[in-house]
Amino acid sequence: MKAITKLCATAAMVAFSATGALAAGGISNGVVKIGVLGDMSGVYSTGFSGPGAVAAVKMAVRDFGGKVLGKPIEVISADHQNKADVASSIARKWIDEDHVDMIADLTNSAVALAVQKLASDKHVITMATGAATSALTGKECTKYGIHYGYDTHALPVGTATAIVKNGGKSWYFITADYAFGHALQNNTAAVVKSLGGKVLGSSDVPLGTNDFSSYLLQAQASGAQVIGLANAGQDTVNAIKQAHEFGIVQGGQQLAGMLVLISDVKSLGTDVAKGLQFTSAWYWNQDAASRKWMKEYEKFSNGAAPTFPHAADYSLTMAYLKAIKAAGTDNADAVRAELGKMKINDFFAKGGYIRQDGLLIHDMYLLKVQKPKDGPWDVAKVVRTIPGKDAYFTLAQGGCPLVK
Amino acid sequence: MDPLVRLILAQGMLGLNNGVFYAMLSLGLAIIFGLLNVVNFAHGALYMTGAFVALILYSYFGIWIGMSWLHIGFWPALVLAPIIVGCFGMLMERFMLRWLYGLDPIYSLLLTFGVTLVLQGLFINFFNASGTPYPGQPESLRGVVNLGFMMFPKYRLFVIVFSIVVCLAVWFVIERTRIGAMLRAGTENPDLVKAFGINVPRMITLTFGFGSGLAGLAGVLAAPIYSVSPLMGADLIIIIFAVVVIGGMGSIMGAVATGIALGLIEGVTKVFYAPAANTVIFFLMVVVLLVRPAGLFGRTR
Repeated sequence: MKAITKLCATAAMVAFSATGALAAGGISNGVVKIGVLGDMSGVYSTGFSGPGAVAAVKMAVRDFGGKVLGKPIEVISADHQNKADVASSIARKWIDEDHVDMIADLTNSAVALAVQKLASDKHVITMATGAATSALTGKECTKYGIHYGYDTHALPVGTATAIVKNGGKSWYFITADYAFGHALQNNTAAVVKSLGGKVLGSSDVPLGTNDFSSYLLQAQASGAQVIGLANAGQDTVNAIKQAHEFGIVQGGQQLAGMLVLISDVKSLGTDVAKGLQFTSAWYWNQDAASRKWMKEYEKFSNGAAPTFPHAADYSLTMAYLKAIKAAGTDNADAVRAELGKMKINDFFAKGGYIRQDGLLIHDMYLLKVQKPKDGPWDVAKVVRTIPGKDAYFTLAQGGCPLVK
Repeated sequence: MDPLVRLILAQGMLGLNNGVFYAMLSLGLAIIFGLLNVVNFAHGALYMTGAFVALILYSYFGIWIGMSWLHIGFWPALVLAPIIVGCFGMLMERFMLRWLYGLDPIYSLLLTFGVTLVLQGLFINFFNASGTPYPGQPESLRGVVNLGFMMFPKYRLFVIVFSIVVCLAVWFVIERTRIGAMLRAGTENPDLVKAFGINVPRMITLTFGFGSGLAGLAGVLAAPIYSVSPLMGADLIIIIFAVVVIGGMGSIMGAVATGIALGLIEGVTKVFYAPAANTVIFFLMVVVLLVRPAGLFGRTR
């Protein structure tokens, strides 16, 4: 039986690649299954991923009508515990046994790199939101891998540029010691250097460290004007909090969070986070459509406020389902082709389109922390809009092997 | 002040901060080993349990009993958590460890290792693996103190002073009082002490409870500094064992002095070559084992 299925699939694929037309029409297995593979309990579970991401995907499915091409849409989720091996085995089971059609979220760059590769080998689309590393659509790009929302190249373009232009020329990095942190540090350092700044040193810190004090003292002793935090989530919150406990900001050094979410600012409080500038893919109070979506989301998720990765999760689910509708099938090749063709212009992605290397190009925003005006979540204001083409690397810069 | 001296002093203070935790934990371990000859691997888990008890008292206990406004704060936790953890330790001694005294110490090591895994598994199941911040840090200990060479959080300063006082008090009780004398005599020759009409099994249970309580106390003190996480003890216990090996098994003062000294060495190493800080303790352990196998303050049994 299995052999026959395999044979059919191969035949379908051959037919597809030969004609470029839709060989296997309709919905496979009579259901479209979306798997949300995220960090449900760890350092990234409150802002980037977690139940909030699952809610966003489910809400998009509801708003789409719960059905596509007359077939039901199902959402499942799992916790990868920030471990690439755990994530890989879940993804393998999802694809082989549960016939999941698309895997979303993939917060944690190490996880995303592993799962994107595995899924692509099995012809399954992945749409990573919480993961940051630009390698996903650069050297490690795959045919079915999409990176939706932001990356380590786009973040420093906003934040680091603003800080260096304001006189913050010398930098010291506190870096999360894995794929993501190093990518973010390298991309930021490149921006700093291109503007005439210099990097004085860095400390690599294991993911999930509670005590940043000794690294902060190291950064303080370096005499750098700016302490760049190439980390995210609870790590960033802890680092900023402890920098205040040890009087480092009062001592005249500036903190630059390279990846900050509004949930981080909220948990720090706007007094501690005062003056912080950060780059975001979306801000809920940026326009009427976003405010409306935020209200809907809060209603849907019992009062929890969304972060930009959550908004991205919603947006990508919509885009994916629209692509299935347009293609008339959930066949990965056909859907991927549709995704590449369509314009994505919703509350989240302005002027968005998905490139051949899998990267979603859309506008980014430089935010600055402010005292809340419109309710408790209005913790920042948009200082600058960075057009998508300036924020992200070009196809040539990325070095994706699929691009010729 | 010269920047290098400043940095050494600053990292030294952080090292001292870690050192007092090493000292408190290895002290409890040394007491238990000294009297029972049990290598208590569960010590790290008891420390973690202490932190969780503080967290639960503050954030969850009120909700459980239907009074969500009730937060049992840091100061009551500082008393309650060691008692709760101490009682747990006594139950563990009474109903599990007691059966293994006649056997090779490896059995009690395995048993306590098993208890560690069970406790970690329980807390991971009911909380999360990555840690929850403890919100109950007392208002009076917020803010910073200017030490001249650095700004130092008041709370951490309190932890350093408080822990040193506790260590000295424990040392005094064991070395200079009648209870301590009975305890030490019980270690040397339990049969003879029994002949004097002292209930040795009960004394052993109480001692194990006391050592466990010390671990619980360290856990409460750690809660406001580090996130309360199920693996916080596992991260520490290996270092604590190294401290006990370097200081000498069963030596009270040795455990305290070594703990603080190693914290300082670790801190200062960060100034010169940060990546070596995690391994310098184990390097010292190897050297000490080669030169003085019984440890710096230990005696061979």
